[in-house]
Amino acid sequence: MTELSFLQHYWWLLISILGALLVFLLFVQGGQSMLAGRLAPAERTLLVNSLGRKWEFTFTTLVVFGGAFFASFPLFYSTSFGGAYWLWMLILVSFVLQAVSYEFRRKRGNLYGTRTYDFFLAANGLMGCVLLGVAVGGMFFGAEFTVAKANILDPLSPVISRWAPTRGLEAIASWRNLLLGVAVFFLARTQAALYFVNNIGGNPALTRRMRAATLRNGIVFAVLFVGFLLVLLSADGLRASADGTFVAEPCMYLHSLLAWWPLALVFVLAVVAVLYAIGRTGLDAEWRGGIWWSGAGTIIVVATLFALAGYQGAAYYPSTLEPQASLSIANSSSSEFTLKVMAWVSIIIPFVAAYIFAVWRKMNATPLTASEVESDSHSY
Amino acid sequence: MTDLIQTVDWSRAQFALTAMYHWLFVPLTIGLALIVAIMETIYVRTSDPRWKGITKFWMTLFGINFACGVATGIILEFEFGTNWSNYSWFVGDIFGAPLAIEGLLAFFMEATFVAVMFFGWNKVSRRFHLASTWLTALGVCLSALWILVANAWMQNPVGMRFDPAKMRNVMDNFMEVAFNAVAVNKFFHAVFSGWCLAGVFVVGVSAWLMIKGRNNDAARRSMTVGAWVGLAGIVMTLCTGHGSAQQVSRVQPMKLAAMEGLYEGSRGQDLVAAGILDPAKKPGDGRQAMLFSIDIPKGLSLLIDGTTDRFVPGIDDLIAGRTIEADGDTVYSTSYADRIASGKLAIAALRDYERARKDADPKAMAEAEATLKANFENFGYGYLPSPEDAVPPVGLTFYSFHIMVALGGYLLAFFALVIFACHCRGGRMASKTWFAVVAIASIPLVWICSQAGWVTAEVGRQPWTIQNLLPVNAAISDIPASSVQLTFWIFAALFTLMLAAEACIMLRYISHASKGDITR
Repeated sequence: MTELSFLQHYWWLLISILGALLVFLLFVQGGQSMLAGRLAPAERTLLVNSLGRKWEFTFTTLVVFGGAFFASFPLFYSTSFGGAYWLWMLILVSFVLQAVSYEFRRKRGNLYGTRTYDFFLAANGLMGCVLLGVAVGGMFFGAEFTVAKANILDPLSPVISRWAPTRGLEAIASWRNLLLGVAVFFLARTQAALYFVNNIGGNPALTRRMRAATLRNGIVFAVLFVGFLLVLLSADGLRASADGTFVAEPCMYLHSLLAWWPLALVFVLAVVAVLYAIGRTGLDAEWRGGIWWSGAGTIIVVATLFALAGYQGAAYYPSTLEPQASLSIANSSSSEFTLKVMAWVSIIIPFVAAYIFAVWRKMNATPLTASEVESDSHSY
Repeated sequence: MTDLIQTVDWSRAQFALTAMYHWLFVPLTIGLALIVAIMETIYVRTSDPRWKGITKFWMTLFGINFACGVATGIILEFEFGTNWSNYSWFVGDIFGAPLAIEGLLAFFMEATFVAVMFFGWNKVSRRFHLASTWLTALGVCLSALWILVANAWMQNPVGMRFDPAKMRNVMDNFMEVAFNAVAVNKFFHAVFSGWCLAGVFVVGVSAWLMIKGRNNDAARRSMTVGAWVGLAGIVMTLCTGHGSAQQVSRVQPMKLAAMEGLYEGSRGQDLVAAGILDPAKKPGDGRQAMLFSIDIPKGLSLLIDGTTDRFVPGIDDLIAGRTIEADGDTVYSTSYADRIASGKLAIAALRDYERARKDADPKAMAEAEATLKANFENFGYGYLPSPEDAVPPVGLTFYSFHIMVALGGYLLAFFALVIFACHCRGGRMASKTWFAVVAIASIPLVWICSQAGWVTAEVGRQPWTIQNLLPVNAAISDIPASSVQLTFWIFAALFTLMLAAEACIMLRYISHASKGDITR
């Protein structure tokens, strides 16, 4: 393996971890989607404030995920964002609405009323999860784009990456992408329920309902996830041959998983951890630690899926219009120099993770209660 | 072609809209973070609970504003990909790195510690809370640093080389990118202007509280902190602004010419203190550029390198490649027409290189690469139809620059007045109605000043996304103009509604909270 290849693999690992963390942190969006259900105003405020102490982590992880992709695989950034315009715009608009809703929802003079902001939160909860799932689905099932770098030499039509005229709407209409999107949505709701069980105190009735919600959403998620896995493992993929051209391979992701059997084992154990968290939280009225089991499991499962998408010569962004224009970690990365500089910068990641963990623990040392929310002048 | 031009224009409009809205919130965040941290430090050092109340009052305003900055910021980052996809590929190797570092170093710091700042008063110790407040302020500054490193690189692309095989630029010196002189100056200029803006905001709100007779003691304390931060901010902003103008004269002389409405330069060039441009003026038409102006003799020459006889090129000089030397001789070097011809040669050489690469012809590749290398500094000019297309919108650049400078001067005087009002004659002047009117009226003025600065910097860089390398018409995405037009209006409506809500919430909060005792 050359140094460039090593760095490309290293950066795909970091992208996979960031993506996995993002999916875990989407529990914030899952929780927001629950605000649309029947809740007493005080309960809704309690849930919002519980999520409100974490929403910036999800938001920041999304931004860093985008920034890291830009720095390490700029051709993906330019192709996907510039091409699937409407898909990304819908995602962004939903996150813009989220960003102000926590701060504004109960403030005097907010012009549009608390319900409007709660609707925005719920909308972001649904759209954020489903559409991000759809966007990631394109990394397995392909997207309608072409890439021709020589286009930049034509001043009258210089764009390198071009997309189908539907500009990302076709990705939302793809049932396979939607299957992943909806699975992510129910995973986020499941994790939100687990988070509420862990984070909220002093309201046994609400906690009981959240345990039931864990089971309900968890079962739907499990069914959807199994469906997605079957579709994924039986799907064709594109793999780079020795001369660099992409060749279609039936059941490519299944082959990749079996080729790295220790990864397959870890994957299965991680899925079991998620199911254990769902089952025990739903059935054991005292247990509050489900979010950690489920969170760790989710991170490993999603990172494994990203690994299947990008490693072993796979095209992580297959083009359905022109297979040879597909993107792999080898043909879409930044230069060796940039990847190396960024690799040095990535040394700070453990420190960042450490202070986030320390602060999280300090702030969550005691469960959040309604009285704390009411007495806090900054509560949402 | 028409659709391409419209896509370019709507993409520019959308990016400008997003950036301008973003910059309404960011400088207040930068400055208020510092002010709040200072106030909390006083609280921790003195254990005076009144300072805790004051800190919380301004912290709430910080929080309201912070949310809007976050909301508009995410759009900006992703718009590089959605609307400027060619740009993202052509320079992503260099530009993406600061963005990723910004996220890793700064955004997580902000996101983590801002939660402690707002919700940790009863959960962590006083010192831990204070550290969190300072770390939030630091995180805000680090965010500004890395995005400004990226922006400065667009103004002065350094630390890179062109890779013809990949048809893109690649970084070859990270330190040059990170410590680009333009970046360092731009960072301090932006951060200090944030201090200034937040200082005016705090002084204005405090003055309002004082004439309303509410929380006089807290208002006076706040005003003092705001005034000193604001004064430090404006003094440093003026110093770094001067440095910025000097850098512009070196790396973006066309921008400087547009800032001054200068078409035909001279040795010992006057500086336009105020003036009205002839809107019909075009490059090379021989008309007078100014309908009216008040000039400072030799001021521009003096400004840019401290000597009174330095030649400063105007727009026509730059297009013609004309310089006047110390002995008075007029010398012609590379004109813009030459640059366009050279740029077209570079583009053609790259095409030849690509053909030779496909044909596996190393000799032809080497020849094409040599031609490309010789002409690469003018690569971007190859996309321009005529030399006049390299001229930025002069009127907008000129007026925004002069508005910024005039308001900057006003703000220096304003803060001197506020310091005087706070510390002389027992601070009685600070509670006068006329003083409050001036302080409150200064709030919109400081925002106009701040926006005008960015308009100067960004409009003055046109038509380039990356100076001399990539014009906007080659940097775009493959999107129909109608799609960008639609998203432009969606964002315009969204941001406006958001701004209205923020302004209303702030006003209601200030009004409501100040009816009680904010020091409790």
